[in-house]
Amino acid sequence: MSNHADAERVAERARGVVADHDPKTVPIPDYLGACYDAGLSWVHFPEGLGGLGVSRGLQAVADRILQGAGGPVPLGLNPMGYGMAAPTIREHAQSEDVKRQWLRPLATTEDLWCQLFSEPGAGSDLAGLATSAVRDGGEWVINGQKVWTSLAHRARWGLLLARSNPDVPKHKGLSYFVIDMHGAGVETRPLRQLTGQAEFNEVYFTDARIPDKHRLGDVGNGWNVAMTTLMNERTALGGSGSRRGAGTIADATALWASRPERQTPVLRDRLTQLWLRSEAQRLTSERSRAAATVGGPGPEGSIGKLVGAELNQHIYQWCMDFLGPEGLLYRGYEQGAATGERDWQGPIQQKFLRSRANTIEGGTSEVMRNILGERILGLPGDMRADAGMPWKEIPRG
Amino acid sequence: MAEYRFTDEQNQLRDAVRKFSADHFSEEKVRQLMESDPPFDPKVWARLGGELGVLGLSVPEADGGVGGTLVDQAVAIEELGARLACGPLFGTVYLAIPALVAASSGPARDELLGDLIEGRRTAAAAVVDRAGVFDPDAVTVTADGDALSGTVTQVVDGGIADVLLVAARGSDGVALYAVDTEVAGVQRTPLATLDLTRSEANVTFSDAPAQVIAGPDETARILDYALQVGAALLAVEQVGAAQHLLDLSVEYAKSRLQFGRPIGSFQGVKHRLADLLVDVEHARSTAYHAIWALTDGSDDPALATSVAQAVCSAALSHVATDAIQVHGGIGFTWEHQAHLYYKRAATDAVLLGGAEEHRDRVAAMVLDGATIDRVPWVADGTAV
Repeated sequence: MSNHADAERVAERARGVVADHDPKTVPIPDYLGACYDAGLSWVHFPEGLGGLGVSRGLQAVADRILQGAGGPVPLGLNPMGYGMAAPTIREHAQSEDVKRQWLRPLATTEDLWCQLFSEPGAGSDLAGLATSAVRDGGEWVINGQKVWTSLAHRARWGLLLARSNPDVPKHKGLSYFVIDMHGAGVETRPLRQLTGQAEFNEVYFTDARIPDKHRLGDVGNGWNVAMTTLMNERTALGGSGSRRGAGTIADATALWASRPERQTPVLRDRLTQLWLRSEAQRLTSERSRAAATVGGPGPEGSIGKLVGAELNQHIYQWCMDFLGPEGLLYRGYEQGAATGERDWQGPIQQKFLRSRANTIEGGTSEVMRNILGERILGLPGDMRADAGMPWKEIPRG
Repeated sequence: MAEYRFTDEQNQLRDAVRKFSADHFSEEKVRQLMESDPPFDPKVWARLGGELGVLGLSVPEADGGVGGTLVDQAVAIEELGARLACGPLFGTVYLAIPALVAASSGPARDELLGDLIEGRRTAAAAVVDRAGVFDPDAVTVTADGDALSGTVTQVVDGGIADVLLVAARGSDGVALYAVDTEVAGVQRTPLATLDLTRSEANVTFSDAPAQVIAGPDETARILDYALQVGAALLAVEQVGAAQHLLDLSVEYAKSRLQFGRPIGSFQGVKHRLADLLVDVEHARSTAYHAIWALTDGSDDPALATSVAQAVCSAALSHVATDAIQVHGGIGFTWEHQAHLYYKRAATDAVLLGGAEEHRDRVAAMVLDGATIDRVPWVADGTAV
């Protein structure tokens, strides 16, 4: 079928959903369930699994209609679910039954998802992680600790990367699982960050059990499965709005206009440089999207995460410099925590503090520059002290 | 013609120009030409026009062109820019042809436009701009009937062009004229320039005979348009040169061994190159956005070209600077090509307005007088 006919089919389905389920009155899970049943959650997924088997670019056609009618942005409600879990499940889950069991409640946001990758001893060197998975009949027994897990306290399911074989080099001894966050032996503790909020958690596993049918991909192939998840994470983190002047830069330009008495030529030029970089990145995302509809994603896509993170920091640094003494004020570090408010919903000063994490989370800027250098420019990798070494012999600390 | 989507024909055009440039603007040829007099090969120029047909790609068929778009022209310029192609591209393709296209049809204009497209003659614009915008108050050349008098300094390609487009003030206001450079009354003084691949000359007119191309009623509009097209094409040229330098630097970082390993495996070098990749991609996005804005009116061309010039001038300067650093000692030699691009980067950064001037203009458009539709929440020290 031609792309045009596909687009019309997607649009027709979306209009049908909106006609039968007014998003302004129907509860969100029911509405998103209708979207799933109509194949509009991820249009490139197979039919019966929340998709229509059409090109990925047509998601925008569905979203324009669904969200245009006042429907929610599902990525915001179940970020790890929509952004990372769904593509990983689709590609690597063992059976259609399991896919169906997970995907619909994920899509309706009845089941939230979290990602259990980072550990205290494994950040940028994720493949060095130590949480163990030991086979016991038809089950796996999990012991260890994860960290920086957002939504762990509210999630039903977690994407878990664990070490199933310590005797082989680090990348080869990993397996990938989906773990029941409500199961025995799973303990979640909030982790307070420098902003005062606790958006993240530490998760401890003590003899937690996972049925083997909840393993994604082959035993020992967990690293490759994790790459599916991470590539989707970076695309989600790097994606930006398509309207000029929108996004983070809008905070700065609005602040500029709101305080004429603080304006100076130097601050004006600094803000213009940030505006230009935001605009250049916005246009680069547009160009990336144009390339993605004719071929695969171009190199432009990988740049978004790096640039977006540094821009956020520079923009909020500018805001603080512009505010002067006013920027020194706060609202107390205990505020907002009780209501579950996120850092990005707080005042400028809080966003300034939160932006420090941008160049660390989802791949540090150092790692992102390695990726641009090695995968896009084709430069040789760095020397690795642990190359070829069995994981258990690698020095840790 | 969706933005950023190149057609198969445009891809074929890119390949053709790339091949032609590799044959005729190799580093060896460019070095030979830049120290010749004139500093380009008129025979190769004629082939660019007559054979390859890439000098007036966006000229309508009614005006003797092929009826392509500015996107086609940009694709060709990017490839020529990558090689530092020698010849009066700036004067002829970036400024004179767009100006003539914007002017109303007439015998003088039609004949000149046809000759420029075909590569039979070349042109330069003796028009003073203020950072890429035409300023009638800056015009110093005067017109007495059809005779021009006055001096214009640092005319790019002015020493090698056959014809000069001149903005001159007559009794009715500022009009646009064409002056044959070989006639009595035109004195050209070639200038020694930093960039040997892009020449400049001072031009003095003393009752030089001229032909009117456009009257005072349309001259400002014509020159505003030509300068915008020129700024967008210059940005595309910067993209071509920057990509070439990035490729060159990456290849060097892969093959140059120190401490027993390729220098590109060191993060200090790798991360520098990753940053250049970001700059080149940003430059490409803004340059082609300006081209598309001028092609289909999808954006304000004044803003789009200033964004492109601000971003692309900074990007090429950064890439050219770091290309020398990555190459180390060899990059500082006359023998290595890096300096040719470094000097072109310095030239392009100034022509039609520098990055700072365009930033100032962007600020005037997007910040000055901006209204607030949503006041950001600033904590005021009250613990609520």
